[in-house]
Amino acid sequence: MLAGLSYAAVTDGSASAAAHSVTGQAQISEGRAIFLQECSSCHGLFAQGTPGVAPGLIGVGAAAVDFQVSTGRMPAKEPVAEQPRKPVSLTPQQIHSLAAYISSLGGGPAIPTSADISQAGANPGLGQQLFVADCAQCHNFVGAGGALTFGKYAPPLTKSTPRQIFEAMLTGPEAMPVFNNTTITPQQKRDIIAYVTQTRAEPNPGGFSLGRVGPVSEGLVAFIGLLLFMVLAALWITAKHGKAHD
Amino acid sequence: MTDSTAGPQPGDNEPNGDLTSGLSAHAAAVGDEEPEQPRHRVIGTPPPAEARTLLKTPPPGAPGGPPVPRQRELPADPDDLVSAKRAERVVVACFLIATLAGLGFIASYLIFQVHSVTNVLHSNLALGSTMGLAFLALAVGAVIWVRRLMPWVERTEARKLLRSSPEDRAAFAETFEEGAEASQFTKRPMVRRTLIAATVPVALAPIVLLRDLGPLPGTSLDHTVWRKGMRLLNYGANTPIRPADFASPGGMVTVVPDGFQDDFNALAKAAVIIIKFPPNIIQFSAKPQPGRVVQNWTVDNIVAYSKICTHVGCPAALYEQTTHHILCPCHQSTFDAARGAQVIFGPATRALPQLPMTVDAQGFLIARHDFIEPVGPSFWERGPS
Repeated sequence: MLAGLSYAAVTDGSASAAAHSVTGQAQISEGRAIFLQECSSCHGLFAQGTPGVAPGLIGVGAAAVDFQVSTGRMPAKEPVAEQPRKPVSLTPQQIHSLAAYISSLGGGPAIPTSADISQAGANPGLGQQLFVADCAQCHNFVGAGGALTFGKYAPPLTKSTPRQIFEAMLTGPEAMPVFNNTTITPQQKRDIIAYVTQTRAEPNPGGFSLGRVGPVSEGLVAFIGLLLFMVLAALWITAKHGKAHD
Repeated sequence: MTDSTAGPQPGDNEPNGDLTSGLSAHAAAVGDEEPEQPRHRVIGTPPPAEARTLLKTPPPGAPGGPPVPRQRELPADPDDLVSAKRAERVVVACFLIATLAGLGFIASYLIFQVHSVTNVLHSNLALGSTMGLAFLALAVGAVIWVRRLMPWVERTEARKLLRSSPEDRAAFAETFEEGAEASQFTKRPMVRRTLIAATVPVALAPIVLLRDLGPLPGTSLDHTVWRKGMRLLNYGANTPIRPADFASPGGMVTVVPDGFQDDFNALAKAAVIIIKFPPNIIQFSAKPQPGRVVQNWTVDNIVAYSKICTHVGCPAALYEQTTHHILCPCHQSTFDAARGAQVIFGPATRALPQLPMTVDAQGFLIARHDFIEPVGPSFWERGPS
């Protein structure tokens, strides 16, 4: 999160984007060097992608690069069904250069600005309604994540920064659908982020959280667990001694 | 009387299998002594069962020798005394724990006063855990006692015939007939018949009340609230959608019929997801056809499917834009959104119904008409397939 905030200042607003254009070419060159070293073995020397291994990156935009690399998903260790979140391997400056290079290949959403993800005035109530309508089916009602098909899964949102959540909605990483800014407006995205982040702050009584969907799941697990225990206990109590029949 | 595990018993002379002969082996042994049985016994000498055996087959070692130990029906001690000692310690520990927990319950009741919600929570926790621990330790101790210290011997006790004696049966029949006659029940048929008539409505009443389970759904399951020209609202924000706004391939959003966004009964059937595809992915067809998308019902590669799973009606909306799979989280039914939402995995047997769409004069997505088939799970009147 600190990393996200620190380079957020660099990318803040269109004014700074114009400022970047002065040094833009150098940045793109640096980004291309990083790309060739870190990414090109899977995504191809020209970011055209490798069928069945890695998608092409032309047109995915800076936001997708920032999401994938700032969550540590990229560079990937190996091709798996779902890339896990892991420690970030590039500096914010390097991520930014890489994003500038991919962005220079054409199109795609930009990295959201600090204003884009500002939580001032966000409405977590509306955010919850939107989250329940379009996000909760995969990410669980409180963002605890859940399973998908063939080893894929919707990751938990417990560690995602507001910027990463915004970028994920904007770009639809991996199997996730895209929620562009005209379908879910930036304000609605901020509301959703507010809901996700405020839900994390809800008190957790500890132990296994079981998706944090409330006492129903906990009660069900306790009921089934105790039932199993009692069945096993009953079996043991009534089981015959081995040697008593001698 | 019979003991399959402890071996033949010395005093057991009763004929096995004669159910009417006695209440139990013990009663028979006491009350039915044989003539040669010695009448006089001194305290400390072997009991009758032992004595009879002694008389029939005197043990080697002679009369006047040390008394032969009594043959027991139940062993006095467990086979393994070392293991039994361990078990005893465990049982004692359990009972001590139960004692302490029981005292803890009383102490908790006295210590935790209940004058606020938090205090009630603490009190409940302390009372519940101490009482639960006391019962659990008591039960565990008792079970270990039974299993590890007490003998495991199967014993069978014969029962007498359940049927009454012929005299008793005849007497009962006589009493019954006398009573029936004296009550006039047999002599006054009108009383009897009206009594029977009076009980019939009372018995029928509960059956009539079953009507409250209805009314039958009729044709209400066959259609949803979607109508021609009804706008698709982006659920949550409840705003209409233009195809141009929903233009990013891989997009998916839940939509509801305009005017019913707060009607959960309607939404239980009418909830829909719309999916935006890249070009040349959808397999189109001109007419409804399994494994195909009706082209006329789509707008700019946007397809609308019922969100209600055809298996048991869960909201199936786990859409994977990479594989175009729609997964239902309840039982893992998986539908291929690019090929008419046909089932490719799981217990569902029918594709998700496609909602016919077009755009209105303002360019917003609207329904052409309702689904052409019932949405959601099977029901009796729906018929096969």
